[in-house]
Amino acid sequence: MFRFLLVKLAQLVPTFIGVTIVAFAFIRLLPGDPILLMAGERGLSAERYAQLQSQFGFDRPLIVQYWDFLTGLLHGDLGNSLVTHSPVMNEFMSRFPATMELSIFALAFAVIIGLPAGVIAAIRRGKTLDHTIVGISLTGYSMPIFWWGLLLIMLFSSTLGWTPVSGRISFMYFIDDVTGFMTIDSLIAGDWGAFLSALHHLVLPAIVLGTIPLAVIARQTRSSMLEVLGEDYVRTARAKGLSSFRVIMVHTLRNALISVITVIGLQVGLLLAGAILTETIFSWPGIGKWMIDAISRRDYPSVQGGLVLIAFIVMIVNLLVDLAYGVINPRIRH
Amino acid sequence: MTAIASPTAPGTFRYQLKSFWSDFSASRGAFYGLIFIAFIMLVALLAPWIAPHDPAMQDRSALLVPPVWHAEGSWSYLLGTDAVGRDVLSRLMYGARYSLSISAMVVVISMAFGIFLGLLAGYFRGWVETVITRVMDVVLAFPSLLLALGLVAILSPGLTSAMIAIAMVQLPYFVRLTRAAVIGEKSREYVTASRLAGAGHLRLMFNTLLPNCMAPLIVQATLSFSTAILDIAALGFLGMGVQPPTPEWGAMLANAREFMGSAYWAVTFPGLVILLTVLMINLMGDGLRDALDPKMKRS
Repeated sequence: MFRFLLVKLAQLVPTFIGVTIVAFAFIRLLPGDPILLMAGERGLSAERYAQLQSQFGFDRPLIVQYWDFLTGLLHGDLGNSLVTHSPVMNEFMSRFPATMELSIFALAFAVIIGLPAGVIAAIRRGKTLDHTIVGISLTGYSMPIFWWGLLLIMLFSSTLGWTPVSGRISFMYFIDDVTGFMTIDSLIAGDWGAFLSALHHLVLPAIVLGTIPLAVIARQTRSSMLEVLGEDYVRTARAKGLSSFRVIMVHTLRNALISVITVIGLQVGLLLAGAILTETIFSWPGIGKWMIDAISRRDYPSVQGGLVLIAFIVMIVNLLVDLAYGVINPRIRH
Repeated sequence: MTAIASPTAPGTFRYQLKSFWSDFSASRGAFYGLIFIAFIMLVALLAPWIAPHDPAMQDRSALLVPPVWHAEGSWSYLLGTDAVGRDVLSRLMYGARYSLSISAMVVVISMAFGIFLGLLAGYFRGWVETVITRVMDVVLAFPSLLLALGLVAILSPGLTSAMIAIAMVQLPYFVRLTRAAVIGEKSREYVTASRLAGAGHLRLMFNTLLPNCMAPLIVQATLSFSTAILDIAALGFLGMGVQPPTPEWGAMLANAREFMGSAYWAVTFPGLVILLTVLMINLMGDGLRDALDPKMKRS
């Protein structure tokens, strides 16, 4: 297992370097002079121009610039935001818990509904229920989630007034920031009202963000259940006279889960991409909204830092998924 | 009797086509998907003739008119008007032109480059393969929409940048599929035979191998097409894609967003059209997969 881990880590190194090169190239690929571009239409004094040029190191050889970027990165230094002038790393870290909280709830929603739906569809193969589940999950899979979010807001927030339109918690509550997770922090503070308010704010965004993963998980669960149901050992288990519940839960689902877990892990990239849209619609103060704001404000150091950090997160999660896969399916370790 | 193969004998093109069609149309979903997509394409092509209004025309006397089935609705604007008095239906019809043509371009670009790189990687193996797959791994490390946004930020928002960005994001899937298919086919006897007959690298790659690797690529192309429609609309919605006043579906949604409390139709219809189009293409893709993938084939 240790060897497997080392091999996987070694494979990650070139990708890591590639990602840093892409992020490094990002600012330098901007058409025209990046400093003038960042200054926008306001223009710049000559001193400020020279100052910025040396701040970004554009006056030095490219390879030196890259080396500085890489060492800075490994020390957690991604430069400063052009808008707030605070370190990009801090900006990112202060918003990351919001995205993480949203993603965890979205994924939980997707798994809690998608997994049983897939299992039921597989058991009832060819029946109306199967067709319904397959149809709904294909619709979910095809959903433009930015529109889905607007529809849900129109229905549940504007018309019925059940859920709030935006933000993470009601203005009535002020919760100390301990973990950055509103639900956990409000529980730590022992404030039930705040906890419920945080949950209330999470419902719609989590449903919107979880919709596509839900569809993917349901489809994958159904197809791998069907595959396993055709295996000899399932027939043997049935022939032994085991109850169908036991055959399905123990003999089939456990084996079908191997590929489902991989698919769940692969949703993380999708969640982060979806977070960009979901956070924009619900004004959720996470990294997705932050990236969009950074792009529209031409805050290139923030965009660059965000690109690198998000790619790292995706890479690390994919590594963990690979490892988990190695643990539950020993065959692929060799 | 002479030994001329009848046109429907196994092995002939017509037989393959027939067998493909019977597999494809066996799935009702795929069949309806095809019909719907053909319909949308027709609407897109004929938009200048069948659209009731000019998509850019602003009727100042008819702002936010509801669809025709409402009491205040008007037969002149079947699906209502937006905040500046433009006909929603006509904009949707013209929007189909943008969404479909940009997405088709995306598929063509990423498929062409993807097949080329995948062929190189699978055929030559060695360092060529290592370099290509590593680069594709890097592209895959970024969430697709984020990478597209980053690229658009470099290229400046607009139709062409959105197209290039999304094609770039789709590229790795074509490269990986082509590479895997080529590796699978390369050791087959017909390839060896062709090589012994003196075929060069280019001939082996494009004439011998490629046609036998097309099935998964065609399925992927439909998937890419639907993803591209979604991504183009997402970029448009975020204001980073096709710029207003172009009637692109995603951009229409973004414009209508602030009026969603009072004018549901301006938000509902563009999204519904996106959903239906994507859904129908995906249905068609499922049918294609069943018809083209021998493993899935019902024997």
